[in-house]
Amino acid sequence: MDLSFTPEEEAFRDEVRSFLKEKLPARLSNKVAHGLSLTRDDMVEWHAILNARGWLASHWPEQYGGPGWTVVQRSIFEDEMARANAPRIVPFGLSMLAPVLIKYGSEEQKQHYLPRILDGTDWWCQGYSEPGAGSDLASLKTSAVRDGDHYVVNGQKTWTTLGQFADWIFCLVRTDPTAKAQEGISFLLIDMKSQGIEVRPIVLLDGDAEVNEVFFTDVRVPVENLVGQENKGWTYAKYLLTYERTNIAGVGSSAAAFDRLRSVAGKITRGGKPLTDDPLFAARMARIEIDLANMATTNMRVVAAAAGGGAPGAESSMLKIKGTEIRQAITALSRRAYGAYAIPFIPEALEDGYNGEPVGPEDAGAAAPTYFNMRKLSIFGGSNEVQKNIISKMIVGL
Amino acid sequence: MDFQHSEDRQMLADTLRRYLADAAPVDARNRVAYGETGYSPEVWAGLGELGIAGALFGEDVGGFGGSGFDIMVVFEELGRALAVEPFLGTLMVGRALAIADAVPEGIVAGTTIAAFAHAEPQDRAPGEALATRAVRDGDGWSLTGAKAVVAQAEAADVLLVSAQTDAGMALFLVSKGAEGLAIHGYNTVDGGRAGEVRLNGVRVAAPVGGDAEAAIAAAEAAGLLALSAEALGAMDVAKTATIEYLQTRKQFGVPIGKFQALQHRIATVLLEVEQARSAVINAADAFGKPGVERALAAAKYTVGATGQLVAEEAIQLHGGIGMTWELPLSHYAKRLTMIDHQLGDQDEHLQRYIALGRAA
Ligand SMILES: Cc1cc2nc3c(=O)[nH]c(=O)nc-3n(C[C@H](O)[C@H](O)[C@H](O)COP(=O)(O)OP(=O)(O)OC[C@H]3O[C@@H](n4cnc5c(N)ncnc54)[C@H](O)[C@@H]3O)c2cc1C
Repeated sequence: MDLSFTPEEEAFRDEVRSFLKEKLPARLSNKVAHGLSLTRDDMVEWHAILNARGWLASHWPEQYGGPGWTVVQRSIFEDEMARANAPRIVPFGLSMLAPVLIKYGSEEQKQHYLPRILDGTDWWCQGYSEPGAGSDLASLKTSAVRDGDHYVVNGQKTWTTLGQFADWIFCLVRTDPTAKAQEGISFLLIDMKSQGIEVRPIVLLDGDAEVNEVFFTDVRVPVENLVGQENKGWTYAKYLLTYERTNIAGVGSSAAAFDRLRSVAGKITRGGKPLTDDPLFAARMARIEIDLANMATTNMRVVAAAAGGGAPGAESSMLKIKGTEIRQAITALSRRAYGAYAIPFIPEALEDGYNGEPVGPEDAGAAAPTYFNMRKLSIFGGSNEVQKNIISKMIVGL
Repeated sequence: MDFQHSEDRQMLADTLRRYLADAAPVDARNRVAYGETGYSPEVWAGLGELGIAGALFGEDVGGFGGSGFDIMVVFEELGRALAVEPFLGTLMVGRALAIADAVPEGIVAGTTIAAFAHAEPQDRAPGEALATRAVRDGDGWSLTGAKAVVAQAEAADVLLVSAQTDAGMALFLVSKGAEGLAIHGYNTVDGGRAGEVRLNGVRVAAPVGGDAEAAIAAAEAAGLLALSAEALGAMDVAKTATIEYLQTRKQFGVPIGKFQALQHRIATVLLEVEQARSAVINAADAFGKPGVERALAAAKYTVGATGQLVAEEAIQLHGGIGMTWELPLSHYAKRLTMIDHQLGDQDEHLQRYIALGRAA
């Protein structure tokens, strides 16, 4: 057993740290640290900074613009980014579509789309879920019917995250309605400016409009926008889902959130003592801290296995469940820390340029909305119940 | 033993439920709850005509109820409807003033909106004085200080303000629009409005009579029972909505309620809600009797913990749709969660319960 990183890996960590120190705009890390909303421009700005350094597509092969890092380096990079309160890299183009294109796309598709993902020309969103197809994704109904050199797409996608900003959407569509559920699905790239697409925002319980419904009415999509083969989309979709679940543990962002919680709990007093001296609050904090330290090692065990050539399979389900539970526990405790000052709801104060009168301690206003928003973590990316089904089937063998 | 509410109370509950279902269905409630006033003056007036406020007080002060079970019945129904009309203020201020037999008629009649302004922005160690001060000023008093997250402070016709005098704590009634009274209002996460209250030399003729500490304790006791009952009503609705969803939402060709993993989850929710109902019954029964403090701490602890469980499970078992503003359930989840931020959270009441047990 040796839990330490190699000197090269430590040197790499230092390199990442000094890059972040120098290049991560304080304006952006401040917003992340204080739970404020990031605008489209904020995200684009951060992508451009990473791209200029060649670090935006950390898991792409070098020939397409990746940095050529090992699994361990990638994990260090993600960890340091999160701990520095860097904005999360928007995953749809970079981490979801790109791996599919690289593995299954045509040469023309790679040449065309990959550079545009890197330089920010195209903003992608993910069109998988439908009102009737959530956990049971394979029951999706949006249809694509061949008409000459086009597909004609009809149907509806939903929960499309940041679809309001998107130039393109990658969709799972049904191309063979007679085949078994998984076998009649294709993977299609659709221009959001196409005739017949309508995007409607869905407001979430915290008041945020980060997800959308996307309606397709006789949308004509050129056949060259099909990825891989017709009716083989399910294979590509599953491949994408394994990518969606890398770094799923979110150790770095939970560690950063926990540090902020610790500092808040040291400052807020109740009944004359700081929350860190309150036996019940301190116990709640300690449980999370222990769970997080345990998970950091579980995560590194999975990373080490992957570095040794093993493919993370159902282990990523463990990390997804534990990672999201820990993150949700941190947000619940942060909310609790503010007591009555978690009650005021001043959404404008969570946006850029608010200079109204502050209410309560610093960051109190973001605590409850963040808590409610983070309920999504155990629902999307394969709900935690579905992950448990995977564990009991794939690992336990039941 | 008889665990049925009396016929009168059952009638009151039915009347209240019918009225609120008709006058304040959730979408109408949401429009006002997240709007500029945070409550509906029409619904408030309608409930006043039904005599809801009077049910919260005994005959000694002009009401026709006032027992623990009266409070339970009213607030459980308010919770079921997620009502945002300011009855908590009515109850707490009225109960505090009842100590000195000085409850204004309008409070019992449900026409005067009252806000209880005791908690302050800064924390207080046990025994520490309030930061809000009352000093003699000619033939009256002058109040200076700040009060935190006061529910419906802007709409209140009167605020009951606690302040420190040279002779200890005292309570003062401050009228809407008084000179030196400033309110910074805002909406709340779960719907409704509250505000930061500032008192800059507000002139008041005299403090409310009676023992201020006892009056505050009476207000808080009633408030804890009310919030516990409100949570019970809200969790019952969230539970029922989730059961219905499990029966109707289909994935993998079957209603998701067919999955045993989810059956066990909803079974846990169901039994914990029944436990919470028992906790509220215990507290309502103990109300006005010796030992009520511990029963209230037990109830508020229970609904705090169970409220979080029910809110989180209800959202999770609904999947994505459970996170949407459009679904009434999400507002129930928010209310259940935020009740644990009013008058002390589950941890505080758990510790109070332990301390009261030691003292006994
Ligand atoms: C904020 C947010 C953002 C999202 N972003 C996107 C996006 O960008 N693109 C996209 O395509 N999708 C997105 N999704 C959709 C997400 O992937 C789905 O919500 C998820 O797959 C769950 O589906 P559902 O919401 O239909 O819930 P359902 O599948 O209806 O599930 C309801 C409940 O049943 C449980 N359940 C279902 N099946 C089983 C089973 N077999 N055993 C036990 N329990 C089960 C679930 O765990 C859940 O608790 C997003 C969702 C949210 C909330």
